[in-house]
Amino acid sequence: MLTRSRTRGLLRQAGTIAVTLLGLLVLTFAIGRLMPADPVRAIVGEEATQDTYMQVYQELGLDRPLPMQFLMYLRDVLTGDFGTSIRTGQPVLNDILTVMPATLELATLAILIGATLGITLGVIAAVKKDRWQDQVIRVFSLMGHSMPIFWTGMIALLIFYAALGWVGGGGRMEDYFIGLVPEVTNFILIDAALAGEWEVFWSALNHLILPASLLGYSSSAYITRMTRSFMLDQINQEYITTARVKGLSVRQTIWRHAFLNIRVQLVTIVALAYGALLEGAVLIETVFSWPGFGQYLTSNLMIGDMNAVMTCVLLVGVIFIALNLLSDVLYRVFDPRTR
Amino acid sequence: MQTETLKKGRSMTLPGLAPLGRILRFLMRQPTSAFGLAVIALLVIGAIFAPLLATHNPYAQDLTNTLAPPGNGHWFGTDELGRDIWSRLVHGTRITLTIIALVTVVVGPIGLAVGTIAGYYGGAVDTVMMRITDIFLSFPSLILSLAFVAALGPSLSNAIIAIALTSWPPIARLARAETLTFRAEDYVSAARLQGASDFRIIMKSIVPMCLPSVLIRLTLNMATVILTAAGLGFLGLGAQPPLPEWGAMIATGRRYMIDSWWLVTFPGIAILCVSLAFNLVGDGLRDALDPKQMNRR
Repeated sequence: MLTRSRTRGLLRQAGTIAVTLLGLLVLTFAIGRLMPADPVRAIVGEEATQDTYMQVYQELGLDRPLPMQFLMYLRDVLTGDFGTSIRTGQPVLNDILTVMPATLELATLAILIGATLGITLGVIAAVKKDRWQDQVIRVFSLMGHSMPIFWTGMIALLIFYAALGWVGGGGRMEDYFIGLVPEVTNFILIDAALAGEWEVFWSALNHLILPASLLGYSSSAYITRMTRSFMLDQINQEYITTARVKGLSVRQTIWRHAFLNIRVQLVTIVALAYGALLEGAVLIETVFSWPGFGQYLTSNLMIGDMNAVMTCVLLVGVIFIALNLLSDVLYRVFDPRTR
Repeated sequence: MQTETLKKGRSMTLPGLAPLGRILRFLMRQPTSAFGLAVIALLVIGAIFAPLLATHNPYAQDLTNTLAPPGNGHWFGTDELGRDIWSRLVHGTRITLTIIALVTVVVGPIGLAVGTIAGYYGGAVDTVMMRITDIFLSFPSLILSLAFVAALGPSLSNAIIAIALTSWPPIARLARAETLTFRAEDYVSAARLQGASDFRIIMKSIVPMCLPSVLIRLTLNMATVILTAAGLGFLGLGAQPPLPEWGAMIATGRRYMIDSWWLVTFPGIAILCVSLAFNLVGDGLRDALDPKQMNRR
């Protein structure tokens, strides 16, 4: 099945990815070296003698030339050693694996909300092009794209938590539930369901729904716009007219014919939007005291924990590249024309 | 004769910019983008006349009148140090405009330079430059800005540098794509045959043609710049107190949010309005540039 040109294409793509990854590493390395925090001081403490200081200085390889230091960094990363966090004293990778599920849980629910909202509105806007529905949807989705999400988060907390009491406040669940469920996957919803603790499950969902809706709303802007334009491309084609002439209703023509043709494009868009959610997650996690990746990154930024910051930035870059690649692959798998 | 035609060619000021007036008229006709333009105009007016529009000194503390609700001589209330929120918001427009202007002034030339050079020379130069661009593109802009600010130290100027460092790649991509379409044009070959240097061809023949789309892309980018700057300010990595930057105002107001809602509400509405305005104008611009749309309306 693999023709020669196809193999060449794959090799080329692998090469591109390798180069991009190397570039990412150069960038994170540069950020780490630029950081004002003194990594030696952070390890040995303020009262260490000059001798201890120099010893650690040499152990970290800081006396070597920069290219050597970069090679050492490269070696460490390739062997899966991302260093130790100064703040927690744990390997950075362990820290990140612990906080990541909280963010993934939030982002996954958010993208489900965002995709449902965005695709529905996008299709409606395309069908009702230039009528009032289209205008309202346009402003509504631009609003989602324009709001400073940390501010909307606070206002939403004021309204839905403080005033109305509909949802839980900050954190992943009520404080008195913390530690009640054995941590298997660190996805609270899954853990609670596994343990059969439905009270915890509902508490967690209640805390999750507000930040996830806000994130979803903000990501729906992009999805709406793209859905609308993909749909418009389809609507203008002859097969749509044919279907209508055959007597199919508008609803059937749109959802059974046109929509099936834009599925592939939508999948790639949603994959990219999922990556962009990470950005909003950094801000919304601060507002909702969400113990996830975003909060881990910002709190380490503040104290200049170099290893943690470098690894977080690297990870975001890798996730982005992976999602781009994934959307490429999905496109190929789902679109028969690319076979 | 020859010099005469050359002169004539040069006196034609930026041929690509001619349709800008037409685009502006198109924007004014649509309610959404006209609203956006109006808000941006207000923002500029606010920034110019800030001292006249402000009712108080934005930095003057009044510890006998802290957290006063709106009304009573303070239209939007006072903050935790008794400073007038309306006056701080009005002076904040200057910071917002400064950020937008500086980022745009830095990003435009960098993006144009990288894009036109990569597109004009092609080959290895193109590959290397576009690979670098792709690396920067593989981050969400806020996260990369965060890391840069952490490395450079939190301050308004570093936030501007960080945002600029992360927002040139899309401009470079666009400029490159445009350059690729102009590179093979006859007028470029003509310039080359006349012995113009590469630098001269890029500056005189290619950059002016890329300018309109680059300017529009920069406008589209402004809403993102505002939100990123506000986000950095909110996280304490942008403008530092006592500067009346809107994001930073929200960050300090957060502590008093439950009892004094006005501390966070008004700066947030300001950010929302301005970024929505730029998005509405950007949306209108996209329509204006779509030839199908332009003729039909």
